[in-house]
Amino acid sequence: MFNSFLDQFWPSTVDGLSLGAIYALVALGYTMVYGVLRLINFAHSEIFMIGTFAAVGAVEAMGITTPVGTVALIGVVVVLAVVAGVASGGAAVLLELLAYRPLRKRGASRLAALLSAIGASIALQQFFALVVIPTVFDRPKEGGYLPVQSNDFANPVHLFSIGPVDVRSDKLIIFVGALLMMVALDQFVARTRLGRGIRATAQDPETAVLMGVNIDRIVIATFALGGAMAGVAAALYMMRFEETQYMVGFLLGIKAFTAAVLGGIGNLRGALVGGLVLGLLEMYGSSFFGPEWRDVVAFTVLVLVLMFRPTGILGESLQRARA
Amino acid sequence: MSGARADKGGSVSWLTRARAALRGVREWWDSASGPVRWSVYLLLIVGAVLLPADAVGNVMSPDSNWADLLFFPIGGYILLAIGLNVVVGQAGLLDLGYVAFFAIGGYTMAILGEKVGWSFWEILPVGIVVAALSGVILGAPTLRLRGDYLAIVTLGFGEIIRITARNTPAIGGPNGISGIPHPPTLTDWSIPDVEPFTSLGLGGLAPFEYGVLDARPYYYLMLAAIIVAIVFVVRLNRSRVGRAWAAIREDEDAAELMGVPTFKFKLAAFAIGAAIGGSAGVLYGAQVTSLNPAHFEFMVSALILAAVVLGGAGNLPGVILGAFIVAWLPERFRELKDYRMLFFGLALVLMMALRPEGLLPSRRRKAELEEGTGGMGGLGAGVAGPDGDPHEVKAEVAG
Repeated sequence: MFNSFLDQFWPSTVDGLSLGAIYALVALGYTMVYGVLRLINFAHSEIFMIGTFAAVGAVEAMGITTPVGTVALIGVVVVLAVVAGVASGGAAVLLELLAYRPLRKRGASRLAALLSAIGASIALQQFFALVVIPTVFDRPKEGGYLPVQSNDFANPVHLFSIGPVDVRSDKLIIFVGALLMMVALDQFVARTRLGRGIRATAQDPETAVLMGVNIDRIVIATFALGGAMAGVAAALYMMRFEETQYMVGFLLGIKAFTAAVLGGIGNLRGALVGGLVLGLLEMYGSSFFGPEWRDVVAFTVLVLVLMFRPTGILGESLQRARA
Repeated sequence: MSGARADKGGSVSWLTRARAALRGVREWWDSASGPVRWSVYLLLIVGAVLLPADAVGNVMSPDSNWADLLFFPIGGYILLAIGLNVVVGQAGLLDLGYVAFFAIGGYTMAILGEKVGWSFWEILPVGIVVAALSGVILGAPTLRLRGDYLAIVTLGFGEIIRITARNTPAIGGPNGISGIPHPPTLTDWSIPDVEPFTSLGLGGLAPFEYGVLDARPYYYLMLAAIIVAIVFVVRLNRSRVGRAWAAIREDEDAAELMGVPTFKFKLAAFAIGAAIGGSAGVLYGAQVTSLNPAHFEFMVSALILAAVVLGGAGNLPGVILGAFIVAWLPERFRELKDYRMLFFGLALVLMMALRPEGLLPSRRRKAELEEGTGGMGGLGAGVAGPDGDPHEVKAEVAG
């Protein structure tokens, strides 16, 4: 048990960081929407799922059928990230317009909004399994529930080693790409006018409205940004695993939300910390107890952390820590 | 154009009329005297007993066995929704992992019945106590958390229970446990095969003999459990405990300041909800004879929560109606086969947009909604009430 943990320590660290980076990117969507609306956007996992399918489509559309070299791979991933980001961001905006805005306008309770989110999540999963996958991706009629492979486009190569740490190209791209996106988002929220509006709304929606913030625009921007981050995460995920399915977002979404809560929900940097911590602990846990206990480790850590730090590692708020 | 407009007008007046009828029923009920109320209860119970009749089944589920459906999912969901309503509707705690208690009840039945050889009647109280204890164990460290933190922790707990069951070979791992014994027969007395029972399809039925094929005796068992649970929950809600829950739901800090031991009452809500969920699990395990972790997916938690909110959290008739709809609709429209979950999801979105307070909202909750906070707080960028700080749920750290 302990030996396998020691043997696996460095590979687990690398895997944990790249997995955690994906969690962190998806967690941003949860944390931003939560910061502004106080809503668990349960359908965010399906926004991620849409991104993975957009990436599959983009790989096919670009006509890539064999693995490309490392430099070309970076270019392909950038294209995939843009396509998936637009698809996911657009889907997130549609979701807000169709499923959440009517409730907001009626001043519905957060519970009703959460339920609407669960409904949207179920509907999107089924819509993909029943309609989109069989028609758009040309899979057999009954095959909507089966995994969909993308063309094999990424050929992970061993890049370099730092001491005992072997770094593989795909994991490095994931980590660096996710970090870049997060810095960009952080700066966007900190420096631009729209970002200021987002922070103001998160702090105090009523006062923000009084100060002339167009709240609907802010909410749309929040969903678009969070969705786009999930799309980028989806592109990176597809490079690593090259396989997706209609339920791909479910567990990943729960983990990402866990990461957001772990770091302190509503806190952008908290999403990064939470994602990386969760990814690492999951990998260490699975080398220690065996891979089948991975998810149990993740949730147990969540319960333990919240018992001692009830607002997460960095504390909550999109506003206070960073305003 | 004008036709469409007239149509819309028609549907609006239909809605208003339905609302007026509902209000009328409520007013009549409020002014009804004791004997009148008791006769209504009696009529409802007689109706529920006659529910498995063939004539009803032909309308409600022409394609599948109506008695099976009545036991589970319909009866099971109703019992689970009553239990979850204590937690979500009455105490205002968001539990996304309620299925865990259902699983604990089911596995208690399976392990003690199949491996230890106890009978159903011995296991039932044990299963309820085990589930309630696990509610306390989960609640004690987590109930100091608020709102959404509690939601995600309970969700995690539900997953932990399921995955642990899957990974533990001693309780069958992913294959689960089969060969769970049926409850022993109470009496082999059967309904005489004479009119009117024959034409109802109930003639010759032995309602207390628990066999393999006929689900109707199990349905009656479930019905009894539901009635007991309803009486228990209603009595509780009218007691000091129920008032404490309402106070916690509406404003936890104010309740604490007024001397309500909030933590204790939240824990009680969790334990009682868990106990009811556990009893549903024991009953379910006793009928299906084989259980595996796939029966206890997160989707069950989501559906039960949907039932509670759809019907009107906090209002028992609403919750029962909601559970019935959630359980029955997808089964009734089996001809849509795969598409039923798609439509179910869309219906959920639509229902929440049209009637966010639920089909039969509790009056108290409705008043809260009109204040804009809706008990669990309004949406942040929504319409905040006069005194409603939309962030009130998270503004302070529990402690």
